[in-house]
Order: sequence, then structure tokens, then C-alpha cells
Amino acid sequence: MEGTSWDLALVVFEVWLSVVLGLIVLPAMFGVSLGFTDLYVKALVKTLEWATLRIQRGQKEEDAVPAHLPNGIIEKDDGSMEEEIGELRRSHPKSLAGGDFTLCDAFYFCKKGIESIVEDQVTQRFTSEELASWNLLTRTNNNFHYISVRVTIIWGLGVFIRYCILLPLRVTLAVLGLSWLVIGTTLVGLLPHSNVKTWISDLIHVTCYRICARALSARIRYHNKENHPKKGGICVANHTSPIDIVILANDGCYAMVGQIHGGLMGVIQRSMVRSCPHVWFERSEMKDRHAVAKRLKDHVADKTKQPILIFPEGTCINNTSVMMFKKGSFDIGATIYPVAIKYDPQFGDAFWNSGKYNMVSYLLRMMTSWAIVCNVWYLPPMSLQDGEDAVHFANRVKSAIARQGGLVDLFWDGGLKREKVKESYKEEQQKMYSSMIVGQD
Amino acid sequence: MGSRASSLLREEDIEEIKKETGFSHSQITRLYSRFHSLDKGENGALSREDFQRIPELAINPLGDRIINAFFPEGEDQVNFRGFMRTLAHFRPVEDNEKNKDPSAGEPLNSRNNKLLFAFRLYDLDRDDKISRDELLQVLRMMVGVNISDEQLGSIADRTIQEADTNGDMCISFSEFIKVLEKVDVEQKMSIRFLH
Repeated sequence: MEGTSWDLALVVFEVWLSVVLGLIVLPAMFGVSLGFTDLYVKALVKTLEWATLRIQRGQKEEDAVPAHLPNGIIEKDDGSMEEEIGELRRSHPKSLAGGDFTLCDAFYFCKKGIESIVEDQVTQRFTSEELASWNLLTRTNNNFHYISVRVTIIWGLGVFIRYCILLPLRVTLAVLGLSWLVIGTTLVGLLPHSNVKTWISDLIHVTCYRICARALSARIRYHNKENHPKKGGICVANHTSPIDIVILANDGCYAMVGQIHGGLMGVIQRSMVRSCPHVWFERSEMKDRHAVAKRLKDHVADKTKQPILIFPEGTCINNTSVMMFKKGSFDIGATIYPVAIKYDPQFGDAFWNSGKYNMVSYLLRMMTSWAIVCNVWYLPPMSLQDGEDAVHFANRVKSAIARQGGLVDLFWDGGLKREKVKESYKEEQQKMYSSMIVGQD
Repeated sequence: MGSRASSLLREEDIEEIKKETGFSHSQITRLYSRFHSLDKGENGALSREDFQRIPELAINPLGDRIINAFFPEGEDQVNFRGFMRTLAHFRPVEDNEKNKDPSAGEPLNSRNNKLLFAFRLYDLDRDDKISRDELLQVLRMMVGVNISDEQLGSIADRTIQEADTNGDMCISFSEFIKVLEKVDVEQKMSIRFLH
């Protein structure tokens, strides 16, 4: 009895593995698409549209709470401090004999303060974007109550498909992809340095990332491929999650930059660097800006090495905005190739909220979403102009990326996720207000 | 899991808040989502640190005074009712409200209550008058280090002189109202909430 059940299990496993290898892994490695993902996404879109209509109809009947408005809770005035306070003072009967202060000046700060309590530009960037209509995932179910039997059935079917069919498939693919990467790069590392080695190494990297992309049911659309980053340059992109690397590396080889980790990550990093040069830093080295800059400069100067991939925000943002770009990579003097990545949140939320989820739960969430659908735009290369400093250059690149990806361009630092805001911003406001009281003395 | 904020707020509570503050049903649920997202400790109440985590508020020169307005005397937690009660001051004044039942008491967003809110920004010790010292402290918050003590002192003196009618060198609430009687308080101390 036991013998046969084990045999059966083995047979099932073998069939499973050959199906996976034959239909998914091999085509993926050669960059061929059998069209499964496209069909799947089309079917998903139809289903979600149907569900949205049902939900809207259900809400109209119930006369319940209207669907979440993506425009925000309040409508703000866009006036500057001078305009607003000027308006306040106009009605105040006062002789402006030096010392131009009025009690109603406080109204301006008060209103701005209350507005920021109700809705601010920064804190919302560190949590997942809210959807305009439910996408049949429990995790995004905020204000959508029970609608109808049919929607619930579809939701239940979705849960079954995602957890019992897609999840094992995706996990298998991910394991295969990563093992291939580690084994392949270690083997290639044994070869002597040559053109063949580089070519094989690139092949291994790309095929691994392609398998990983299948593991996420990723449908990526690349735009303006003629602007693809070239060797000796630095590619910068907005950062939403570690998956960004898989998304970008599906279309070319990059040299990664980052800190050496322990555990599984460390194993992967160490084997990757055996086959082609990536820039890994020890934790202690990261603090030394000059050392970091020097290593990047050396890498970029060597025209045989792949372009470096850097995420200047320094942390994951929720893909609705682009936050401050750290100037380090813009100071090196290399050509910058900006890339904009925009995920479609309807199919799965790619944002990694590192405060809330660790890497493993995050990956599990990714692998139980519907799919990862995103657009990648390669923007024309930019370089430092005469008389421009690194900060200005960084902002210029940031605006270009924000404009292309349809993201909000913020000057706030992504580090505000964990740290307090700098006092200097408050001091700026105080200075501006002071000049309104005493004028130019 | 996504925030289940709306499910933690009961219909009875929403009705009570609606009556007390005048916000609509959908505004209350959306503000509850906001309250919930600010409540990092997830204990149903906000502390001063929760407010200070908002960068735009942290850089507001009067940020601390505004945060203080949410907390009743001596307390350092504010629940959702208190949060809504304070925000209600900033609801715009609607015409149909002006003819409401007078026995229902003055609405939180009346011109008078808006002015009272602003008055309390200056009145640090909550003794219902703004002394020279208190005015100086609030001025110092607004200007930082950019104006000398002497200049600031003379600004404070001039302001009190203009407002003070009973000669006690302090500004009482009625004197405050008198000085600002021509200011469009209804518009300047209101926030346009979308439905």
C-alpha cells in the first residue's frame, strides 16, 4: 500500500516537473512566449471588469457608501505663503507702520496644519495604493462589503486558483530559477576570463531572470528600447520593490550595486559576482561615501563592464510618486540612463512595505496575486550640464522619470519612512514669514 | 492584510458623530481610514508622536500648537470622537445650517468657534486671555531666529495696544473677536472636504 502511494507521488512529481520545464522554463530561457500569460491576463481583465460593474450596481441599489475616490479627501488651495497671508491681511484695518504682524496670520499656519493632518503628501507613499475598485483579492478589501453571491463565488474560485494552482507552480519556478542562477554562475566562474565567459554569464543571468518573471506571472512591456542603457553608463530607476531588478534584468544585463547580506541572499550575491562583476559592499564600506564613489567610478570607466543599476531613492516607495534622489550616483560623471517603472495595481500590488512584511511574506504575497503587470520606459540618456551641480541634475532626472511614469514628483526624502524630517525645512518657513513681518531691512 | 478600518466603526457611532459634527457618512468613514493609518500603535487613539510623524505638520511653525488643540487638558491620547470634534471646527459653514434649530446649540464650525480655536492657539495656559508673554512665545515660534527680541517685543506691544480695550494689557476673547471682525474667518479657517 505504502509502496504504491509513494510511486504514485513520484510519478505525479515527474509529470509536474516535465510540464513545468517543457512548457514554461525552456521557452522562457529562449525568450519565447507561448502566450499563456497574455491569455491569462486578458481573461483576468474581463473578469475584473465584470466584477467592477457588479459592485457598482450593487452599491447603487443599496445606496451605500460611494466607492473610494482616488482624488483625496480635501481640496487644497495652491497659494503661496505670501499670497494667502496677504489675502488675510487685506480685510484687517491696520496701519502698516513697521512691524507688519496681525493676529490673523496664525490662521494660515493653522489651516495648513489641519490640512496636512487630514491628508499629506508623504505618509501615504509608504503604504500600498488604494484601488478605485476591488480586484477580488481579500487583502485589498477595504470598503467593499458583500455584494452578491456571484461575486463571492468568483472570489472563492480566485482564491482556489491562486493558492492551490498558481502558488505551487510559481514557487517551483522561483526555486528552479534561483538554483539555476547559483549553479550556473558558480560553474561559469571556473572558466578563464574571456569573451565566451562574458557571453555565457550574460546568458545565465538573463535566463534566470526570465524564469523568475514567469514565477510572478509578470507581463512587462518595454518602451523606447533604443534608449537601452549602454556599457559604461549608470541606469537609474524609481524603486518600488526588489522585483524591480527582475523586471529590468529581463531585458538586458546590469551590474548590481548593494550591500552584501547573509543567508540565502548572500549565497546568491557571492555566486553572481563570480561570473561577472557586480558591485557589492560590506556594511562598513557603505558609510564611506568616497570609497563608494571610487568603486562606482572605476566600474564605469571600464567599458567592458555592464551598466550599473542604481535606485537613487534608497528605499521602496509605493509607485504613486518619485521621492528625492540621493545625489551620490549623479556626481560620478557618467552618462545617466533614466528608466521609469509603473506597475498596474489592479493585478497585484508590487510595493514592498518593509516595515510591515519581511521578505518571505512579501514574496508569498507576490506569488498569490493575480499577476504583475507593468510598463517600463527607457528615457533618453542625460548627463551633467555645464554649471549644474549634482543635486540639480538629480532633480532633473527625477522629474523626467516622474513625468514619463505618470507619478507625482516630490522633493521629500524617502528616508522619512523611518526618520524625522530635517529642521531646516521649518527654518525656511520661519525665515519666509519673518521677511513678511519686517520686510527688507 | 489591508486596513479593515471601516469595519471597526459601528453605524451607531457614525450616526452620533454625524449629529455632533455635521460631517457626512462618507466623510466620516474616509476620515476614520485616515485616523487608522495615523494610529501606528493600533490602539484606537492617537498620541502626539503620531501627529509629529506627518512631515508637513512637523515643519509647520505652529505645528506643536495645532497638535495640542486635539488633546484635552492633561491628556495625551485622543480617540476618534475627539479627533472628529476638533476637525469639525474646519468644516465650511453652509447656508442651510444657519437656519437650524437654535436649541441644538452652536455648531462646532460656527464663526465664533473658529475664532475660539484660533484664540486658543495663542492662549498657552488656557486662562482665556492672551498675555504679552504668551504672544511673544507664539511669535517666536512663527519667526524662528530671524527677528531680535527687541523687535519682536515691540511687535507684541503694538498688537496688544491695538486690541486691548479694557486696559489690562491682555487680549480677551471678545477683544480678539473685535479686532478680527472684518476678516473672512469662515473662508480662511475652513477646509473643503470632498464628499
